[in-house]
Amino acid sequence: MTKFREIAQPMRMIATIALIVLISAGCVIILLAAGPAHAVRAAEEDAAPPAPLPLHLHDTGLYRADGKGDDLYAEVMTFTPQYTLWSDGALKRRWLRLPAGSAVDASDPDVWRFPRGTRLWKEFSHNGRKVETRFIERLANGDWRYAAYIWSEDGRNAVLAPDSGVKALPVAQAPGGVYDIPARADCRACHEGAAVPVLGASALQLSPARDELAVHGQLPSSDDADLRRLVERGALRGLPAALLDRPPQIAAASPTERAALGYLHANCGHCHNDSEGRAPVRLRLAQSAVDPQASRERALASMLQMPSRFRPAAAFDPAVVVAPGAMHRSVLGLRMASRDAQEQMPPLGTRVPDAEGLALIQRWIDNDLPTRKEP
Amino acid sequence: MTSPMEPIAPIALKARRHRPAAAWVLMTVLASSGVDALAQAAQSGVSSDLVARGKYLVSTSGCHDCHTPWKMGAKGPEPDMSRALSGHPESLKMPAPPRLPEGPWLVMTAATNTAFAGPWGVSFTANLTPEPETGLGEWTLRNFVDTIRTGRHLGRGREVLPPMPILVYNNFTDSDLEAIYRYLRTMPPIRNRVPEPLAPGALQAANK
Repeated sequence: MTKFREIAQPMRMIATIALIVLISAGCVIILLAAGPAHAVRAAEEDAAPPAPLPLHLHDTGLYRADGKGDDLYAEVMTFTPQYTLWSDGALKRRWLRLPAGSAVDASDPDVWRFPRGTRLWKEFSHNGRKVETRFIERLANGDWRYAAYIWSEDGRNAVLAPDSGVKALPVAQAPGGVYDIPARADCRACHEGAAVPVLGASALQLSPARDELAVHGQLPSSDDADLRRLVERGALRGLPAALLDRPPQIAAASPTERAALGYLHANCGHCHNDSEGRAPVRLRLAQSAVDPQASRERALASMLQMPSRFRPAAAFDPAVVVAPGAMHRSVLGLRMASRDAQEQMPPLGTRVPDAEGLALIQRWIDNDLPTRKEP
Repeated sequence: MTSPMEPIAPIALKARRHRPAAAWVLMTVLASSGVDALAQAAQSGVSSDLVARGKYLVSTSGCHDCHTPWKMGAKGPEPDMSRALSGHPESLKMPAPPRLPEGPWLVMTAATNTAFAGPWGVSFTANLTPEPETGLGEWTLRNFVDTIRTGRHLGRGREVLPPMPILVYNNFTDSDLEAIYRYLRTMPPIRNRVPEPLAPGALQAANK
């Protein structure tokens, strides 16, 4: 019996070890089977075409109910960039909604990474009439998609605009009585020239250290999301603490220069920057929250006395982007003031030159640049 | 016969009579230049198959029709392959286009087939060679694809103007467009600053 036990005990041990090995192997097999299957399912979800764009704005996740709007979902945050894109004087309101439990990764403060499922809206109105709300969404596969919704005259409902947009939509309240709804390709042309397609929500644009001279600057409402509020709310992670202690500002030799560089950042920087999708010219007008001095120097070096690739029909000799002291000889000023479709800058989204923006740039070029002292 | 440097009044279709002969010349020249493009591709590490496909697409999709200036040869207009894909010649200053009478004629084209006048104004074909200042030298693949996809100059700017068949070329796949881009990078760079397009009536106003 003892001998049997002596034999049986190692046998049991061997059997136990074998069982553990078998179970472990089984688990591995199960894991191997489940892992790739899960990965395949996830990949299929990523690869699956997204649901079509909703036909009505109220189905995009902004408003809690159909009707007059402004009954927003609790997750929706309003924000107001300090430097605004000129849109022919339209009043604009902007909203951001992140998927539950997610946050924007701001570990690179100049290139925010928005989680999949992020949605943003921008509403355009003229003289009290809502005309259009634009919608951007980050899809499950990481791509972004764009849409525009056109408001009914009574402001009760907004319907998806066609892919090709609408040229010269009659809107009595807009300048000239017409308004252009952008084509989706136009949305891509502007938004995908930057490192991140979200242009108005960034460390610099939402800095609490707002530029008081910013042209068309809208004061943020009391519950607007700025850098601090986004962090407090858990909606922004990874932002270097230094940027909260000392909120980002554009480096400049004077307040006028700061406002001018901010204007160019918001109106031109989404195409003229350092990202892969930038327009292939040498202008660099995007400003950095991380290294403002370097981005200022890059911007100035790309403008001041720099030959312009665009050669105006008018006599400009030499054709330089910015001639310090001479707005009238600066291609930048000429193109900002033009609304000839082949010449104007920005090239889309506006039919009327920005008189205040031009006045600011003229003050900077004619008065500040010739006498500027380095900051 | 019209001088090659004079605009041909409403001729858009007239010159097409010579196209079979011109196309033969074009294909012969392209065939002889193909070896260089493939050798350059091999040196740059780009797949020679991709470049060869790009060459095929450029040769069969009409790119030379407008982006290579035409000259008058013994058998009629033919592409000047010494300026292949360099766009409207900088040296060819175009006078104001003649006014067309009311009727179905809509478009006028220069003898070089690189400048076009129509309801959109006057457009000049772009320099597609990889020259950095005046051609596509600074363009990335993404800029090239974006231009075709958005129909906007440099992928971001003003609308690309007629007669560029953007809607047709939008049917190219991304890999087709990459092949074309890679092939264009192998072309000899030609410095040629193409004029900016003109709004309707701008040339007439400038010449008054």
